[in-house]
Amino acid sequence: MATKNILEMHSITKTFPGVTALEDVEFSVEQGEIHGICGENGAGKSTLMKILSGVYTHGQYHGKIIYDGEEARFHSIKDSERSGIVIIHQELALIPYLSVAENIFLGNEQRRKTGLIDWNATNHAAEKLMEQVGLDENPMTPVFQLGVGKQQLIEIAKALSKDVRLLILDEPTAALNDEDSQHLLGLLRTLREERGVTSIMISHKLGEITSVSDRTTILRDGKTIETLDMSDKDATQDRIIRGMVGRDLESRFPARESNIGEEMLRVENWNVYHPTQDGRLMVEDAHFNVHAGEVVGFAGLMGAGRTELAMSLFGRTYGKNITGEVYKSGKLIKTRDVSEAIDHGIAYVTEDRKRYGLNLIEDVRRNISSAALSRKLAVRGWVNGNAEMKVAEEYRTSMNIKTPSVLQTVGNLSGGNQQKVVLSKWIYSDADVMILDEPTRGIDVGAKYEIYTIINRLVSEGKAVIVISSELPELLGICDRIYTIAFGRVTGETSVDKATPEGLMKLMTQEKAATPPSKKKEHQKS
Amino acid sequence: MTAIMNLKELLTRNARQSGIYIAFVAIVVFFAILTDGTLLTPGNLTNIVLQYSYILILAIGMVIVIIGGHIDLSVGSLVALSGAVSAVVVVQEGFPWWAGVLAALAVGVIAGAWQGFWVAFVGIPAFITSLAGMLLFRGLTLLVLDNISLSPFPSAYSEIAAGFQNGLLGGSGYDVFTLVIFAIAVVGYTFNAWRSRQGRIAYQQSVEAIGLFIARIVVVGVVVMAFGWQLANSRGLPNVLIILAVLIIAYTLITTRSVFGRHVYALGGNLTAAMLSGVKVRWVNFGIMLNMGVLASVAGIVYSSRSNGAQPAAGEMFELDAIAACFIGGAAVTGGVGRVTGAMVGGLIMAVMSNGMQLMGIDQSVQQVVKGLVLLLAVAFDVYNKRRAGASAGAVGNR
Repeated sequence: MATKNILEMHSITKTFPGVTALEDVEFSVEQGEIHGICGENGAGKSTLMKILSGVYTHGQYHGKIIYDGEEARFHSIKDSERSGIVIIHQELALIPYLSVAENIFLGNEQRRKTGLIDWNATNHAAEKLMEQVGLDENPMTPVFQLGVGKQQLIEIAKALSKDVRLLILDEPTAALNDEDSQHLLGLLRTLREERGVTSIMISHKLGEITSVSDRTTILRDGKTIETLDMSDKDATQDRIIRGMVGRDLESRFPARESNIGEEMLRVENWNVYHPTQDGRLMVEDAHFNVHAGEVVGFAGLMGAGRTELAMSLFGRTYGKNITGEVYKSGKLIKTRDVSEAIDHGIAYVTEDRKRYGLNLIEDVRRNISSAALSRKLAVRGWVNGNAEMKVAEEYRTSMNIKTPSVLQTVGNLSGGNQQKVVLSKWIYSDADVMILDEPTRGIDVGAKYEIYTIINRLVSEGKAVIVISSELPELLGICDRIYTIAFGRVTGETSVDKATPEGLMKLMTQEKAATPPSKKKEHQKS
Repeated sequence: MTAIMNLKELLTRNARQSGIYIAFVAIVVFFAILTDGTLLTPGNLTNIVLQYSYILILAIGMVIVIIGGHIDLSVGSLVALSGAVSAVVVVQEGFPWWAGVLAALAVGVIAGAWQGFWVAFVGIPAFITSLAGMLLFRGLTLLVLDNISLSPFPSAYSEIAAGFQNGLLGGSGYDVFTLVIFAIAVVGYTFNAWRSRQGRIAYQQSVEAIGLFIARIVVVGVVVMAFGWQLANSRGLPNVLIILAVLIIAYTLITTRSVFGRHVYALGGNLTAAMLSGVKVRWVNFGIMLNMGVLASVAGIVYSSRSNGAQPAAGEMFELDAIAACFIGGAAVTGGVGRVTGAMVGGLIMAVMSNGMQLMGIDQSVQQVVKGLVLLLAVAFDVYNKRRAGASAGAVGNR
């Protein structure tokens, strides 16, 4: 194997307002290797890849990129693509109603001298590329007719059409089944051997990482922890997990005395299918419960099905063909739409407050009242404006929302204060089961502490709280009990005094037990 | 702490809303000068009210549609259809005037429910649904009228829009009743403004300085009473103005105080967030379209009454005037923003411009050009403002 480094990134530091995403990261990739990157959500993997692919341009970060022996300064994605670096994002960027060939050559159309597109050349070239990635389809087929696995291959064919030398894949197998995953990983090996393509692969599937990558770099909290040579027999999944989570649990969490009461919510045999991809099971046979006065954590990596589980419970706002039973205080209930769920005292605080949680052009007052307007603030359809104002003022004080006035537009508040507005809205709706999806995402340390304090207050009032989070220290710091979710299934239940980050991470990356023969190798290793 | 705002803060803080009122005043003054005062004569003011009342009625419904993030292109055709049905009932079949009114309203309800069904429950964008409705209702109008005009209505029917309340309380040379009504309106406005100011103080919100507050009341009072005086000196209080005033007050309340109104703003501002807050998005959308249908039929009644008959081509391009009124009046193309009062001022800006240009004898073609440019500039101003506000909001968010 060649030992020359195709890429070296030296002391890369990238800060966003208030947050340091990357700090002095060192990262190098050898010519012709497959290099894995592991790390928790928010560890800085995607930010690092965005710097490499020119999404964050030269000057927006500190540090030096040496590509192919020369210092590289990318000013756009086009720049990096011209030097042969292509990134394939987790969310595929294909246009569903265009054909395979059109997608492959989008932005890079095969033109005649007249400037018109040469369709014969396009389709012919596309066929050749498809052959290389092992895709046996008509190049004129619209992309939406193909499954996700094949779409992923089209992305790679597209990369090949750009003469890729360094291919970056962000969670390439997250949406794929075992067979497609195996094909994809095999393809990466083939490309290396036949075309000398170097690959960087971000993945949460540690089995894949250990089986396919030559070396693996672990990131944590925006820093490089170590780069493992995977041929080394110490380079096990356990070692990777330790690297990903090994951080000290400081006193970042307010103390709480837990006082657990009756069972509040129980969910049984819960199954949810993907809303558009037929037959894709997103949540499989989930069982869990939560008691009054208890904080229950859902630990899972991004895409594990945590949000899908929560939203399908909350008025079927996600998925289709949902089956299963929900019991509230022992009684079977139905939550067929959002208002029914709210009537039963269930609240869901979204992970994406700007898109799903708030009306950003409306003021603080009206956002707080929005979930309980007709229930608590209106008589025969008419809103009591004075009462509404009073409620808003109360919550501004009790939740410590920092705003010059409750008439301030919510879009102007900081992330932490926006989150407090969303929480106020749901607390005011009188919910006694609160599902908080990534409640501290994108907010600073001080505001996080305040959110934890609010959670503690809620359970001390006898409410049940479910916290979905991919930050293990957070869950370990605030929960009584933690469920782990991986690939759509609840893979474990641990009480917090017995839970360790390593143990949870193992359950969070645990793949389905019944494995097709092609995956044996991985399991031998692990 | 109660913050007291001075004039400059007040204007800059809400540039879009104050901008529209300033523009309105400027346009009135501009045309009053160019027409040597003809614009503000009693007869002409009455004319403006009568001529544009149906556009204003449509704009009330349209602004709600636009706040909800939709658009309705069918209202012009619906004006024609409801007028036509009314004419068939009253003129052709000889039923009394109120039967025509009821028939027209029924048309509005059915047409509104029809469009509401497709928009809310089937999920066809309102643009497409109402484009279809525009053709559909126009075609039905032609069918109902058998391609010819029907007229005249009995006088009781034409009184609806062409009649006046005059002489109820006597008065020599001017109508006392009209003045009394306007005086009550000014008192009501003052009382309401005072109450809301006290409310804001009670909740420690910033309010304008007391001098400024009084100045605002005085200016509004003088302008309204002057308008009333002019009407009283002409033919008295037009019935249409009463209908319009009732609708404006009712819909201002609905949009600002009712749960329905608030849900319209919520789903226009962020549809998913509204849905996840328990807003019954489908029923709200249905209600929006239903309401538009009803208001279009009210406009149809007023229009047929004023023109004293039903014509196959009635109401053409009304939808565009109503939509323009909303956007000039500060509604946002993306939904979630807009006010009934804004749409009314937007409509009046268009009314005064058209009327002014007509008085000056300016060619129809030039009028169209000017109206088009005004619409474009108003929205451009809106976009510019938002970008500026967005930039500063970003800075706040980064704290």
